[in-house]
Amino acid sequence: MQAVQEATALPKQSIELPEDLAQFIEAWKTKPGNLIMVLHKVQGHYGYVPRDVAFEVAARLDVPLAKIYGVITFYHFFKLRKPGKHQIAVCMGTACYLKGGEDIIKEFETIVGVGLNQTTTDGLFSLEAVRCIGCCGLAPVLTVDGEVFGRVTKDQLAGIVAKYRGK
Amino acid sequence: MAYKHFILVCGGTACESCKSGALHDNLVTAVRQNGLEGSVQVVKTGCFGFCEQGSVVKVLPEEAFYVRVKPEDAAEIVAEHLVKGRPVDRLLYKVGAGKLSSIDDIPFYQKQFRIVLRNCGLIDPENIEEYIAREGYAALEKVLFTMKPDDVIEELRKSGLRGRGGAGFPTWRKWVFSKDVKADQKYIICNADEGDPGAYMDRSTLEGDPHSILEAMTIAGYTTGATQGYIYIRAEYPLAIKRLEIAIGQARAAGLLGENILGSGFSFDLELRLGAGAFVCGEETALIASIEGKRGMPIPRPPFPAVRGLWGKPTIINNVETFANIPVILLKGGDWFGSIGTATSKGTKVFALTGKINNSGLIEVPMGTTLREIIFDIGGGIKDGKKFKAAQTGGPSGGVIPEQFLDTPIDYESLGALGSIMGSGGLIVMDQDDCMVDVNKFYLEFTVDESCGKCAPCRVGGRTMYNLLVGISEGRGSVADIDQLRTVAHAMNKASLCGLGQTAPNPVMSALKYFGDEYRVHIKDHKCPAGKCKALVTYSILAEKCIGCTLCARRCPVNCISGARRQTHVIDLSRCIKCGECYDACKFEAVQRG
Repeated sequence: MQAVQEATALPKQSIELPEDLAQFIEAWKTKPGNLIMVLHKVQGHYGYVPRDVAFEVAARLDVPLAKIYGVITFYHFFKLRKPGKHQIAVCMGTACYLKGGEDIIKEFETIVGVGLNQTTTDGLFSLEAVRCIGCCGLAPVLTVDGEVFGRVTKDQLAGIVAKYRGK
Repeated sequence: MAYKHFILVCGGTACESCKSGALHDNLVTAVRQNGLEGSVQVVKTGCFGFCEQGSVVKVLPEEAFYVRVKPEDAAEIVAEHLVKGRPVDRLLYKVGAGKLSSIDDIPFYQKQFRIVLRNCGLIDPENIEEYIAREGYAALEKVLFTMKPDDVIEELRKSGLRGRGGAGFPTWRKWVFSKDVKADQKYIICNADEGDPGAYMDRSTLEGDPHSILEAMTIAGYTTGATQGYIYIRAEYPLAIKRLEIAIGQARAAGLLGENILGSGFSFDLELRLGAGAFVCGEETALIASIEGKRGMPIPRPPFPAVRGLWGKPTIINNVETFANIPVILLKGGDWFGSIGTATSKGTKVFALTGKINNSGLIEVPMGTTLREIIFDIGGGIKDGKKFKAAQTGGPSGGVIPEQFLDTPIDYESLGALGSIMGSGGLIVMDQDDCMVDVNKFYLEFTVDESCGKCAPCRVGGRTMYNLLVGISEGRGSVADIDQLRTVAHAMNKASLCGLGQTAPNPVMSALKYFGDEYRVHIKDHKCPAGKCKALVTYSILAEKCIGCTLCARRCPVNCISGARRQTHVIDLSRCIKCGECYDACKFEAVQRG
């Protein structure tokens, strides 16, 4: 019930956007096909596409919110929920899959205590499986906040998590 | 100022993740500390291709080839090699019995022939002058001042260049379609949305030689009458995006892009558009929808984009590798390019060689090279001395090639005849430990997830095939399932709207053709010979072979192996999670998988 109310409630007033984001939207406003580029900028800033920002983008670009929602949910890259402070991404490209990427994910699930596409309750870690990140020679590969770890074994994972827990 | 030595540091993604950035900085520092900045230049280049051995460093003119170099090795390389003139032996790449090699002696490079990757690993991709020094933009100048659009098309026709995105459509024909349409605006698009999991050819080309793409797209614009281009690139490739942005800025500043290029009166400009992680956007019409800011769903063809594409205007879409060939073809001539390769497939092909192979990496070979040469001569054979099982080309849209066809010369037609496709260049090697049902399940899960859902054959058919595979991998399969897989596959192939759905059944069909027995063992005997399908595997310990060393019990993550030292151990199957740790750990072949 609460979810339904949340979904229908409109934000009362427009929100302040950070200066560079507002400028970016202004610069791209008249270009055709701007929506995906603007959403990239939004996600680059917040780590995901917050609901109230999506409303604001709809107003400024003059596109229906439904279209924005349609685009966000079509593309894997865009997130609707806030990710953890540290984002663990395990590669599940073919080379990494053959070399045990799935076992790496299972081990992470045990270590951080949440499943794929979830965030720990303390907001520190989120876990996701990603398509090929293009270093198949180092399989299996994972990244934490963009830092690449290649030829990983299950024994190393606890150490990797511990390294970021303190950061 | 002439440099005596050049230190080339690989700046490709695999080497960057082995900290080649820090290595480069340390080398620069070490060179300065030794007072050599006037005679030694440190260059961060694009991908060398030998990703297995990263970070890779080459010192010229000696051609010393250093591998697995760490940032802390920088001082030693400078102090020993550059100051004292003694190459650092422990870091040199060695073949066989420790013989030192210059790059020409390395088997990984011997059979390669580089057209697309001509500059990767040689030039600094962030410096336009290095590209120009290697005949960069010479093709553009030649085209703008000495060739008519029809001359360009004629050279491409003679070259026999076909689209490297996978389908192999003749490039010159596509260009003619667009050229012959009258329109107030036309577009050129470079498809850099490399989505095949396990393939990164385009990424390395863009990171290592971005200007070659800019040059080729400008030539395409001149030939077809387009003045605006877009590079549609995955957001997951930040380094490639950065280098393209730098390259576009440099080309504009040099008058090689923008208004009135080189004073020829021809104008052409480029913009980047980011993809957002949708495999289907590799399909032309879906890619166009995505650039237009919409959900990336394909539409029926014809009309083809070359006639009616982006915003309804004639649009050429070529893949990165296709474009990278074009400046060379126009400089050296279509006849030269046409002399390389097989009767129907000209030039070279870049492959991302990965999986269970010793030398993972990026390679470029002439069309017509055999898989055996690629896997055993260049790739150095299978890891850990295991047995080759199959190679998959074309990723989720391709098929497996078993051992008996290793000597087939590779081209578009021969791979098609084997039930696979050329694809964009992913080449995944599988060994005896890989299960065909499991691999097929992996690919189907991918295509089901990536299906845009617009047409029923792909949306429903893919899911149906996936469910059947899950059943087979869990021991719930029946012989009738194989017929149903074939029926659904046929329907998907004939009735799907775009290439994704049409080719999604390929992995399963080729596996049924060559590894049908493996499917039948799963169904009839409820066994997985490779031990991958966990529901079908049990582990046990042979009493006569177990010496009670306790190694398996210590490795077991759930402590389900019991037994005292020097006593036969026993696995408690009710608690076993079938991870296989004990099987891998046992040195006496006492742990049995069945």
